[in-house]
Amino acid sequence: MEQDINIKITDRDGIIHEVVAPTDMAMNLMEVVRSYELAPEGTIGICGGMAMCASCQCYVLSDHELPEMQDDEDAMLAEAFNVKENSRLGCQIQMTPGMEGLEVQLAPES
Amino acid sequence: MIKTDILIIGAGPTGLFTVFEAGLLKLKCHLIDALPQAGGQCSELYPKKPIYDIPGFPEILAGDLTKNLLEQSKQFEPGFTLGERAETIEKQEDGSFIVTTNKGTKHQAPVVAIAGGLGSFEPRKPLISNIASFEDNGVEYFIKDPEVYRDKRVVISGGGDSALDWSIFLADIASEVTLIHRRNEFRGALDSVEKVQELKSKGKINLITPAEVINVIGHGKVEGVVVAQSQHIEKEFIVETDHFIPLFGLSPKLGPIANWGLEIEKNAIKVNNALDYQTNIPGIFAIGDVNTYPGKLKLILCGFHEATLMCQAAYQIINPGKKFVLKYTTVSGIDGFDGTRKESPKAVVKAIK
Repeated sequence: MEQDINIKITDRDGIIHEVVAPTDMAMNLMEVVRSYELAPEGTIGICGGMAMCASCQCYVLSDHELPEMQDDEDAMLAEAFNVKENSRLGCQIQMTPGMEGLEVQLAPES
Repeated sequence: MIKTDILIIGAGPTGLFTVFEAGLLKLKCHLIDALPQAGGQCSELYPKKPIYDIPGFPEILAGDLTKNLLEQSKQFEPGFTLGERAETIEKQEDGSFIVTTNKGTKHQAPVVAIAGGLGSFEPRKPLISNIASFEDNGVEYFIKDPEVYRDKRVVISGGGDSALDWSIFLADIASEVTLIHRRNEFRGALDSVEKVQELKSKGKINLITPAEVINVIGHGKVEGVVVAQSQHIEKEFIVETDHFIPLFGLSPKLGPIANWGLEIEKNAIKVNNALDYQTNIPGIFAIGDVNTYPGKLKLILCGFHEATLMCQAAYQIINPGKKFVLKYTTVSGIDGFDGTRKESPKAVVKAIK
C-alpha cells in the first residue's frame, strides 16, 4: 500500500528490524516500536507519548529531514541520560511518507 | 495499625474512583501512594494536559479530572497514606492482609486492590557506577529537610525546575551551592532561570555548564564529585562537596510489588478479567494500567470499569453469602459516610381534577 513506509529500527540488543509503518494512522515512531514489540512492555512510551519520560529516546542514523524539535522534547532530552547529538524522542516523530527509509536505533533503557 | 475494608495501592484516577464505587457498597477505603499527593501520573506528569476520552467530558485537564475524582470520593471519607511506598504484604490467619510501607506504617484489610498504574515513581538516577554506595551518605535524590544542608557544601545537577528551585532555595542555607547542567540553557520557569543568573552574579551559586558529574568520590561519605565538561569529556576536574543531589525527575517502576508473589507478565500484573480482576493471590486485585489480560487497553476509562467490577467481588469477600442488588444512583441516591445524602429531587405530582 502506498501509505506504508519501510523503516529500520535497531533494538536495544543491537538487532536490526525492517518494519513497515503506516502513515495514515497518525502513528509516531514510539508507537511503531510498541506495535512491533521491539522493546519490552513498560520500557518504552511510559508517559504515553507526551515527551515526558524519554523512554522512547532513539538515535537517528539516517539523514532524513525530521520535524523540528519542540520545547517539550528539547527539555526532556536536556534531562535524559545517554543523550547524543542525534538523539530524538520517538514519540515526537510522526510517520509520514517522507520518512521512507528512516533508520533509527533505540537508546539504552534508563 | 490502619484498618479498612479495601486497601488501595495507588491514588491515581483508578484508585480514587474505587473509593466511590466501594462507597456505594458501604465499603471503606484507604489509599497508599509513594507520591506526596493524590492523582498519580495525571497530577505528577501532565496536570495541564487535556484528556479527550473521559465519557461525558469532551475535554478535561488531567489535573481537573484528579480534582473532580477527589471531590467525588470525599463523601466516602477515604484515608490516605501519602509519600510512602507499599513495601511488604503478609497474609494473616483470618484471611486479611497487612501491608507495610517503606516508613513502617502498617495497614490491614481483607481486600487489597493494586491500582498502581505504571508503578511507584522513583528518582531517575544518573548513570554513575559507584553512586549507590553513597546513597544516604551524601547522595540524595529528594530534599526532605533543607536544614540538613545548613552551612554545608552542596552540588546539584539537573536542568529542570527542581534543580533551579532548590539551587535558589539552598543558596541562603548552604555554605556553597554548585549547579551543574549538561547544557548552557535551562528549561525551567523564566523567573527561576533569571534568579539563578542573579545569584550567580552575586557569587551565591557556582554554575558549571555544559558539564556532567561522572563520578562521586569519598571514603564512606561524599567528599567530592568528578565533573567533565560535556564538550571536552577528557577535561575533568573535582568539585569538593558534602552533598550531591541529582535532580533528573521521576521514573515509574513496579517496585516492591514485583516481589509479592503475584504473576507478572510484560511488567504488569496478570489478572482474571473474565471474572473480577483478581490476581493469582485470592483477595488481591489489580486494576487499571498496572494489570494485564488478553485485550487489555491502558486507558483511564478501562480502569474505572475494572474498579467497578472489582468492588462487587470485594463486597462478596467482605460480606460472604450476603446478596447485593445493583442499584442506580439516580434511583437510590448516595449516602455518604460523612452523613450527607444526595438524591434526585422528587417529582411533583399534580392530580387532575
